[in-house]
Amino acid sequence: MNDLTNVADIDFSSFPDENGHFGLYGGRFVSETLISALDELSEMYDRLKDDPVFQAEFDKDMAHYVGRPSPLYHAERWSQKVGGAQIYLKREDLNHTGAHKVNNTIGQALLAKYSGKTRVIAETGAGQHGVASATVAARLGLECEVFMGAEDVQRQSLNVYRMKLLGAKVHAVTSGTKTLKDAMNEAMRDWVTNVDNTFYIIGTVAGPHPYPKLVRDFQAIIGREAREQSLVQAGRLPDALVACVGGGSNAIGLFHPFLNDESVEMYGVEAGGDGVDTGRHAAPLNDGIPGVLHGNRTYLMEDENGQIIETHSVSAGLDYPGVGPEHSWLKDLGRVNYVAVTDEEALAAFRDLTLTEGIMPALESSHALAYAAKMAKDMPEDKIIVVNLSGRGDKDILTMANLDGITV
Amino acid sequence: MNRIDQRMQALKEQNRKALITYIVSGDPTPALTVDAMHALVENGADIIELGIPFSDPMAEGPVIQLGHERALEHNVSLTSTIDMVKVFREKDQQTPIVLMGYVNPIERMGYATFAKMAAQAGVDGVLTVDLPPEEAVLLDEQLKAVDLKNIFLLAPTTTVQRIREVVNVASGFVYYVSLKGVTGAGHLDLDSVKDKLGIIQQHTDLPVCVGFGIKDGASAKAVSQYADGAVVGSVFVDKMGALQNEENQTIIDAVGQLVADIRQGLDSE
Repeated sequence: MNDLTNVADIDFSSFPDENGHFGLYGGRFVSETLISALDELSEMYDRLKDDPVFQAEFDKDMAHYVGRPSPLYHAERWSQKVGGAQIYLKREDLNHTGAHKVNNTIGQALLAKYSGKTRVIAETGAGQHGVASATVAARLGLECEVFMGAEDVQRQSLNVYRMKLLGAKVHAVTSGTKTLKDAMNEAMRDWVTNVDNTFYIIGTVAGPHPYPKLVRDFQAIIGREAREQSLVQAGRLPDALVACVGGGSNAIGLFHPFLNDESVEMYGVEAGGDGVDTGRHAAPLNDGIPGVLHGNRTYLMEDENGQIIETHSVSAGLDYPGVGPEHSWLKDLGRVNYVAVTDEEALAAFRDLTLTEGIMPALESSHALAYAAKMAKDMPEDKIIVVNLSGRGDKDILTMANLDGITV
Repeated sequence: MNRIDQRMQALKEQNRKALITYIVSGDPTPALTVDAMHALVENGADIIELGIPFSDPMAEGPVIQLGHERALEHNVSLTSTIDMVKVFREKDQQTPIVLMGYVNPIERMGYATFAKMAAQAGVDGVLTVDLPPEEAVLLDEQLKAVDLKNIFLLAPTTTVQRIREVVNVASGFVYYVSLKGVTGAGHLDLDSVKDKLGIIQQHTDLPVCVGFGIKDGASAKAVSQYADGAVVGSVFVDKMGALQNEENQTIIDAVGQLVADIRQGLDSE
């Protein structure tokens, strides 16, 4: 179906092109008012990304504030229980604020600081990116406002309060479906109004160019570390990588440094909700078509008239109708396999890992775990799978209790 | 000759400014749209911008967002929007119509199909808010092939170099976004509009019309001192939303009265 000899010749580090395109995908689909701000951001980022002073500041924060490198943990007991390949967990759940999101917010907050902007805004779904943004804003003394769908404000009330404690103002967005996509619309509207003093910290590898590129670069620390750790701990590269995909920032962060390693297979796991065949899911790469939303061309969940449709997932962080454009490209190239697991399978993996390893994963990451367990069964014991454990499950305790019929 | 060019030329000869009015197709109900369009024309609109409803209208303020939501409740689509233009043309062959919206519904239909259907229905121009010139090349080819004008936005943040590039590909007229913000915002700064229009007009002979933040005859007249016309939208959508439970005729009369007032303000000495 795909000509892999061509894929092997692609220098993945040279994408996107200067206009932000990954093949057909990506680009810059925004109203005219934002173009100059995006041009400025591109120019500043291209200047700073190879600047030793900027890089040193980023590396220092990663080490001493976030607590990197995050461990690559061989989950021996769980691997044994699952039976088959050895499963290693990249422990992004141990980062400050409890997820991979902070890698990106540290990077973008530094850009905000260098740009002289005094106010940052962010959109958030589950609240992890909102918390990570409020955290770095508090540390740098920047004003912070977070846009969150009114539905998500209800189901993630703990994170809403965390953001408030960190000094951020949280706006409950009541337009459209009242979830992440509408929060992103509202953040864009704020940005277009306050573009002079405001830096928009986008939480995933989507949005207009240069966001998919710069978010990927900040998150690629995950894959660089995992590659190095695998060579040291296992003496070789892993056979497969598995990560969950909503917008896809933790997945691209893990995958990107391995894209030119032909022997490494990759699996991006989307939220299958009630099942991909039911239509009630959030899996655009499995069951969507290319279109334009939030500043980029990518696979989307939409109806026959091009209206974006409501998505369904037990995990608020994956409940998004689009996906980062680089993933759309990697799908078409056949370099990454995009699969889906259902709510039910993800919840089972959550319980399984918690009980066998004493590690409580985020519901988002539980999707990746569920798929890794399925795969591992059919692989010999000397094979290695690395799963990105992108966040910890503390934020999901109320959801779990609810499902168990318990009032906490 | 395209109706937009004809109308702009006629207005120039009469030394009058263009009044461009925006409503969302199917808002508050599909049955009202064509009659509302005729009422806009009868009461002084020169060009009609018909909004294509979209689930994620990123550039709109709260008033027009609600207009899109009301239309979507009736499943109004790009296809039904084009059909409304076809019906409008049965009685009015003169007034230019611009479809304004977001690219995803157009992309879903297919650029070539869209251009052909729109032209056949009697559409004259297209304004795609989230399709800057860099991304518009393929759509532009299809629109040109059927003589539809491609109307682009310029903003307070647009650099001089970019103004040159945008006016180079624009046709029909240039739409200057008067302020940094969303539609219906309330902070129009006349001095800055004047300065920017001066720069834009140095680089193009196309008519330049100003929109965003224009609420009444006085603000329409104020911006038109420096421009070729004014675009008014949120006040109509707001009125139609407020009266959505009234009889159709009541809504149409109210919209007609609003346009007449703005026209009078725009034409006043």
